[in-house]
Amino acid sequence: MKGFTLRRQHIPFLATLVVLIILYVGAAMRYEGFATPRVFANFLGDNAFLGIVAIGMTFVIISGGIDLSVGALVGAVTIGAAALIQRAGLHPAPAFALVLAIGAGFGALQGVIIQKFRIQPFLATLAGLFLFRGIGLWISEESIQIKHPFLDALAGIRVPIADRAWLSFPAILFLAVLAAAAIVLARTRFGRTVYAMGGDESSAALMGLRTGRTKIGIYAISGFCAALGGIALLLYTSAGNAINGGGLELDAIAAVVIGGALLTGGSGSPMGTLIGVLIAAVIQTAIIFDGGLSAWWGRIVTGILLLAFLLLQRALQAK
Amino acid sequence: MAAETLAELTGVGKTFPGVVALEGVDFSVRAGEIRALMGENGAGKSTLIKVLTGVYRPDCGSMLIAGRPAAPRSPAEAQALGVSTVYQELNLPPNLSVAECISLGDEERTFGFIRRRAMEKRAQRALARLGLDVDVRRPVGGLSAALQQLTAIARALDRQAKLLILDEPTSSLDQREAAELLALLRRLRGEGLGIILVTHFLDQVYDAATSITVMRNGRKAGDWTVEDLPKRALVSQMLGREMDSISDRRAPEIGDAPPAFTVEGLARKWTMGEVSFQIRRGETVGLSGLLGSGRTETLQMIFGAKPADRGQIAWAGGSSRIKSPRQAVRLGLGLCPEDRRAEGIFPGLSVRQNILIILQAKRGFFRLLDQASAREAVSRSVAELRIKTSDPGQPIEGLSGGNQQKAILARWLSSNPKLMLLDEPTRGIDIGSREEICRKIGELNQAGMSVVASSSELEEIVALSHRVVVLRDRRQAGEVSGETLSEPALMTLMAEGEA
Amino acid sequence: MKRGWPPYGFALVGLGLILLFNAVASPGFLALEIRDGQVFGSLIDILNRAAPVVLVSLGMTLVIAAGGVDLSVGSSMAIASAAAGVLLAPPPGAPFDPVSSAPLVVLAALAAAGLCGALNGILVGWVGMQPIVATLALMVAGRGVAQLITQGQIIVIDSPEFEALGTGSAAGLPTPVVLAGVCLAALILAVRRTAWGLFTEAVGSNPRAAQLAGLPVRGIKMAAYTVCGLAAGLAGSIACADIQAADANNTGLYLELDAILAVSIGGGLLTGGRFSLAGAAVGAVLMQALTTTLLSRGVPPPIALSAKAGLIIAVVLFQSLAFRQAIARRRAASA
Repeated sequence: MKGFTLRRQHIPFLATLVVLIILYVGAAMRYEGFATPRVFANFLGDNAFLGIVAIGMTFVIISGGIDLSVGALVGAVTIGAAALIQRAGLHPAPAFALVLAIGAGFGALQGVIIQKFRIQPFLATLAGLFLFRGIGLWISEESIQIKHPFLDALAGIRVPIADRAWLSFPAILFLAVLAAAAIVLARTRFGRTVYAMGGDESSAALMGLRTGRTKIGIYAISGFCAALGGIALLLYTSAGNAINGGGLELDAIAAVVIGGALLTGGSGSPMGTLIGVLIAAVIQTAIIFDGGLSAWWGRIVTGILLLAFLLLQRALQAK
Repeated sequence: MAAETLAELTGVGKTFPGVVALEGVDFSVRAGEIRALMGENGAGKSTLIKVLTGVYRPDCGSMLIAGRPAAPRSPAEAQALGVSTVYQELNLPPNLSVAECISLGDEERTFGFIRRRAMEKRAQRALARLGLDVDVRRPVGGLSAALQQLTAIARALDRQAKLLILDEPTSSLDQREAAELLALLRRLRGEGLGIILVTHFLDQVYDAATSITVMRNGRKAGDWTVEDLPKRALVSQMLGREMDSISDRRAPEIGDAPPAFTVEGLARKWTMGEVSFQIRRGETVGLSGLLGSGRTETLQMIFGAKPADRGQIAWAGGSSRIKSPRQAVRLGLGLCPEDRRAEGIFPGLSVRQNILIILQAKRGFFRLLDQASAREAVSRSVAELRIKTSDPGQPIEGLSGGNQQKAILARWLSSNPKLMLLDEPTRGIDIGSREEICRKIGELNQAGMSVVASSSELEEIVALSHRVVVLRDRRQAGEVSGETLSEPALMTLMAEGEA
Repeated sequence: MKRGWPPYGFALVGLGLILLFNAVASPGFLALEIRDGQVFGSLIDILNRAAPVVLVSLGMTLVIAAGGVDLSVGSSMAIASAAAGVLLAPPPGAPFDPVSSAPLVVLAALAAAGLCGALNGILVGWVGMQPIVATLALMVAGRGVAQLITQGQIIVIDSPEFEALGTGSAAGLPTPVVLAGVCLAALILAVRRTAWGLFTEAVGSNPRAAQLAGLPVRGIKMAAYTVCGLAAGLAGSIACADIQAADANNTGLYLELDAILAVSIGGGLLTGGRFSLAGAAVGAVLMQALTTTLLSRGVPPPIALSAKAGLIIAVVLFQSLAFRQAIARRRAASA
């Protein structure tokens, strides 16, 4: 960030950072053992699936769209992959490759519908939501436990970051996706086109940008990330269930918006989304530490924060 | 003239639902030529450009680009063929830097990754070609409108363009900036570029263009070199008839009518300095001034759409600083906004609903107009203003711009306002509707209605107004009325105080 | 569009086809039977199940017509149902006694959901937030609030008077059907006999122009969202009475999507402006008829869910100008 000067578009991101620090310090002072590297590492591990899905959502939201299908896709992927491994006896590696391809393919299909027929994104992906839930439940209405040496090997991958603290495989996956997304958005033509489309889509097209294929690509990425998030969740819980990921689309949208993205498009960043996810993680972990608070507070606080950031964006736009 | 023909269109036609936008148009442009594309709004200029650059596909006809048959399907394809365009409605992505905007879609890359340094250097070069020195890392959204426009032009030129198309490039520029841009275009022409220039500023055409194509109602009226088409002839070609010199017409005397409304020192922070003037019964007060002088702002202040924070409006029996359009409507004011599409019509609703809305708003929420009187009110309005519609039940988008404008006027007139505010009432509409609206304003005056009308056209404002308030740089520069009211007098006031 | 053909004509035809299919496939489907002064039959079942969606769709119609959308109706339903449940059967340690008056409970549930709607109205109308965004916040937080009210428990209620809202009957028809019908009629009267309908369409079609025309834009948006919240509150009360329990987790889940779908099937433009309350009701009934048909023919529920996805795509494609043009081109090319 050479020649960095504080500009209005940085304010939401900085505000998010401040909120994260306040929440973290507050929880650390209140709950013993909160401020340990291990708890911090678990922020990433426990929320890797949310983080990965939110990274995909970041692309969509920067481009000015929305993808409501990701939660249902996560559920369908966990049950689908579990069925492939456990029932069809497929090795997990090709099973994962297959669901990733299917996720990206379905995402792209939604992109085609949105792009070719000028359908509002929230409607097209709404149809996707029903479709994926239907497919997932059709595969199996029961939860499927998975067990495979390959999965044990994956679970064994750990990167130590401090004493008794390590990053689990899903956490590593999350950070890798985050890094890839940051590079793609900042340093590729595709990434810059995503921002340009979010600013004003018809102008982007008039500038000769390939908005059509970019849009399809964006929804393909979102589908791919949802599938990858599903795999991360599968690894984390060792079981597939079609109703996994209920409401996840909202958590992901909330993380992206709290991370400083404008829902109208044109701004946002993967780093911001990371912070949005961390905020969700801190709230969740604090509730667990407290023991006395019911889990519903998590949703309420997330909703209030979401609202607060939306109001902040409004206030900044109004000037 | 053996220069290379850059683009040639033959017999091109394009129809949109309900509108023939282009019909049998032949058009060509050569290297080293600045061809002005002229025409009234709705003549087909923008459609022609969009067909040429792949935004629309023509229904019929053929196109040659650089001598070869071509049918670009997108601006990107047109760009690849050497045709670069700065469209009128283009907005650069505000959060990207100047450098990113210029190279967007054509970045230098290694293994697919953008080379920032190379990109910034290239942007600096592209801007230097226009004689600009801007920090290319700044976000475009933070630049002035003029700099954004120039960035867009730099971007278009940066594409090894052989043919550059500029749609109204000077509308957001001040006079000096516009002059510089025209000088730049002449230089680019010298470098062998072909340029198509769409503008509504006649002076700029004679300043920069080498040839002129006039469009009229979707057809080509003709091609001329600049020398062969003097200004008067150009105007009459654009209008499609000999000029019946509007400038000779004057609003009839109204004698010593009492003031109906007095604007007393209205002002709004950051927006508009103090304005004060009187409007007498049956009088039309013109608001004149250059683009950006505060005409729209003044009208919106009076109407409470962007409420004033100082001053007030007085009338016989009261005074107030109007805070909202609701209050204005209740006091008997009406406003036809400048931007018809964004602020005027209700798309999707019928012509009838569009006309009735004010009458109903005045009656209030509970007293719904009954069917019979609603129909009658609408058909009276349609007849009175000669709104051309086969069925008032059809959606208003089906009407031409001029008829939409008349419908908006009818909307207000049906409620019989005491003071009608008209912001550029004749902008972008056909000549017939324009005449009718001007005639109607005269009739309204005679019926005792007071009018404040803004217009960027001096002839029109002189013809319409009893008195003209001149604005300059968002303050009141002066007032002209009676015998002294003339175009030169207004121009002097507009220019006074400028270096 | 031809004269006399309502905007929801296609929805009516679709509904007719579904009913026809059923009538042919299972004779007696259309039969209505009167027992103890009450009408029974498959048609009545469909209407009864559709009633909550119909109610929510009515509110959603107004919101969409005013240029918005309300994603929080499902959460509002959950809040209403939770409020009703807690009042009827307070959990141990609650600082109040059970409320026995059913009308009072319904009023409280309506008030809670109406408040949610009003909050949306404030955010959209006064603060000027994008509707999807503003209502998303309540959609996220609302279910949390509902669960907080019920302490995460499913509250079983035992109040015959209140349960009649869901399982009772009036004028020979199930109470939910009667309530939905009365609300539909009352709203149609309210919008078409006053300027409410015209003003709402104007605001949805072009809010800036509406403001310049002196319309109370904020008030109209506020009214739309509040009515939508109230409708969700009534639907939530019915749902609670129907299952005789307040389930904060599942009440109204994904119902916002059904409601939006019902509005678009019913011919309402999702971009705001012209609307049809009757159309939305027909749309909601059509969806229920489709679901009932599939389930009664032994189609597993997951496939029925996918069928709904197909329906959404079909409807939005049909509304899409780009799609119709593509079809027209193809036809022209093959002709």
